[in-house]
Amino acid sequence: MALLQIAEPGRAAAPHQHRLAVGIDLGTTNSLVASVRSGLAVVLGDEQGRALLPSVVHYGDAATSVGDAARALAAADPQNTIASAKRLIGRSPADVASVNLPYTLEALSDTAVGVRTRAGLKSPVEIGAEVLKALKARAEGALGGALVGAVITVPAYFDDAQRQATKDAAARAGLNVLRLLNEPTAAAIAYGLDTAVEGIYVVYDLGGGTFDVSVLRLTRGVFEVISTGGDATLGGDDFDHHLAAWFAEASGGGWTPADIGALHAAARAAKEALTDHETVTMRCRRSATGRVEQLPLPRALFDDICRELVERTLGPVRRALRDAKLKPAEVDGVVLVGGSTRMLQVRAAVATLFGREPYTGIDPDQAVALGAAIQADALAGNRSGDDGLLLLDVNPLSLGIETMGGLVEKIIPRNSTVPTARGQEFTTFKDGQTAMSLHVVQGERELVSDCRSLARFTLRGIPPMVAGAARIRVTFQIDADGLLSVNAVEQVSGVHAQIEVKPSHGLATEMVADMLMDSLNSAGADAAMRMLREAEIDARRLFDATVAALHEDGDKLLQPREQLEILVAMQAVADMLEQCSEAEGGSPQAQRAMRESLRAASDALNQITTPFAGRRMDARVKQALSGQRVDQLAA
Amino acid sequence: MSVSVTPKAATQIRKALAKRGGGVGLRVAIKTSGCSGYAYALEFADAASADDLSFESEGVQLLVDAKSLPMIDGTQLDWVREGLNEGFKFSNPNAAATCGCGESFAI
Repeated sequence: MALLQIAEPGRAAAPHQHRLAVGIDLGTTNSLVASVRSGLAVVLGDEQGRALLPSVVHYGDAATSVGDAARALAAADPQNTIASAKRLIGRSPADVASVNLPYTLEALSDTAVGVRTRAGLKSPVEIGAEVLKALKARAEGALGGALVGAVITVPAYFDDAQRQATKDAAARAGLNVLRLLNEPTAAAIAYGLDTAVEGIYVVYDLGGGTFDVSVLRLTRGVFEVISTGGDATLGGDDFDHHLAAWFAEASGGGWTPADIGALHAAARAAKEALTDHETVTMRCRRSATGRVEQLPLPRALFDDICRELVERTLGPVRRALRDAKLKPAEVDGVVLVGGSTRMLQVRAAVATLFGREPYTGIDPDQAVALGAAIQADALAGNRSGDDGLLLLDVNPLSLGIETMGGLVEKIIPRNSTVPTARGQEFTTFKDGQTAMSLHVVQGERELVSDCRSLARFTLRGIPPMVAGAARIRVTFQIDADGLLSVNAVEQVSGVHAQIEVKPSHGLATEMVADMLMDSLNSAGADAAMRMLREAEIDARRLFDATVAALHEDGDKLLQPREQLEILVAMQAVADMLEQCSEAEGGSPQAQRAMRESLRAASDALNQITTPFAGRRMDARVKQALSGQRVDQLAA
Repeated sequence: MSVSVTPKAATQIRKALAKRGGGVGLRVAIKTSGCSGYAYALEFADAASADDLSFESEGVQLLVDAKSLPMIDGTQLDWVREGLNEGFKFSNPNAAATCGCGESFAI
């Protein structure tokens, strides 16, 4: 018999109509699943009531195990025990070359890596799917039915490839993804911050091994991630390490490598106890002599030992604020996420920086999963319409297309809220051009070579026309999960081509930040470069048109002297174009000067060909009218 | 005429009300739908309406509208755990048959 939950007044679902939906926090170290029951978001535990499922998969001879069982086998069988697969998902071999992991990585393709296990080469998508499968089974057991869908959280800095790979993992686990949600946004929802009208919030997420900070702006119920920052190699484990090192030294040294595990465990226990006690006694047994060392550890001493680590987290916070052009005082609230934010000195440091107490009411390990569950409940249609919240995120970097001259035409500017669709018309550059290559790029710079290439595709079958006559509408569409599809349609003939962007390589937070900084630092140079390139394209187009016109009508309509004059002007333009390509990469001043000279040469050519153009026009009109009666023309 | 809850169910209801931060009690109602004709509905109650009958059981206020009462008179609400799943379960002496899923019943 099905078991019932309490609903909000007027919202009790008809039988068989309550749609079971869950929120999943697919973490690097641990994963959680949560759902809304009786109007409240709760984390679903396993049979032992454990909420956290270690994101570890072990490939055994007979069976694959996930979670605590898999983690227990890590020491004995490191090659076949995969932890932290999230660091690999959606990344290319080049991206992960520097990631230090205890198992063997192999390239699956240019764009994906796999882990060599006894069960074969496993992709991060397959490994992630195993974790998701375990969470799905737990949720279906706890909720007593099949799930209609799940909201899965991803870091705000995940790029399209990493998001797509996460969706692929969910599909493989048999989960219907209602949407992907940014982790900081999920934490903000868990605290109900989305019910405010507007505000600026900072989400400080210090986990076991990673640190992320995000600045969110809420406007009319819509969260935008304005900036992100962090340190992928800083977490609670580092605090344990510092404390263990202090203990080893303060207790007189002489510890053996065999004691390291015990020292870390003792450090962790002491660290956790200090959240509730002013002072604790840290104890650890020497494996060599059996002697138990113990030292009193007051909170103040622990603060001193780990001060440097807490300081290290504040750098990325300040940078993220600077990127968002905000001062700490302008922030309306700070949300703490991640188990390590239980440490009081972390809370104190954050409170001092922002001059306000951070939100800590929700278990920091669970906030992200709970927020995802609330979102899943809304998306599954279990809430009435009027308070249905539609959450939006933004794309972190501009998306655009390559145009002639290696320039970027931005179609969707950075920080546009998604889902969104924008289009722009393009045309052909050459007479009789029947195909167009579309190169989708991401970044803030003006030149394609400085941006990140996402995809290329070709629109074929454009009917031959003179340059500039074809009308090709290029539409960029980003769905609610931040996945991009690009569509190109030639308006006259209707030929079209499309691509779903599953971009090839990863994009780390630092890269986004670097790309933004680059674009700011080189704004002046980029602008000069772009204007020069545009002048070059204009000049080249004029040059080509003149060549074609001379070829067609030169002998008919021009005196030899006139032809000569035009050829001289053309030569001047050609010379300038050659000098321009040499000047590229020069100083902005030099480029501006070059552009002036090129413009002068093009203007001269334009001027001298104007009478010729007029004569050609007259000749065409005459040709069209000859042999026709006036009344026929009027009809 | 009465509807009651077990001590375990009462604890859960109190907990849910406290977490929700408001509400006078629990509304137990019958809706005509589902595969066997009638379905139970459990909702938080923010106020009693004129045709509500109110019962107190194990310190919890239960509200039942007059139309629903005949069909659930004598029902006891329990909180049970089945494997990982936990929730409220109805023991209704009036129900002649319940559908396989237990979400609806016939009289």
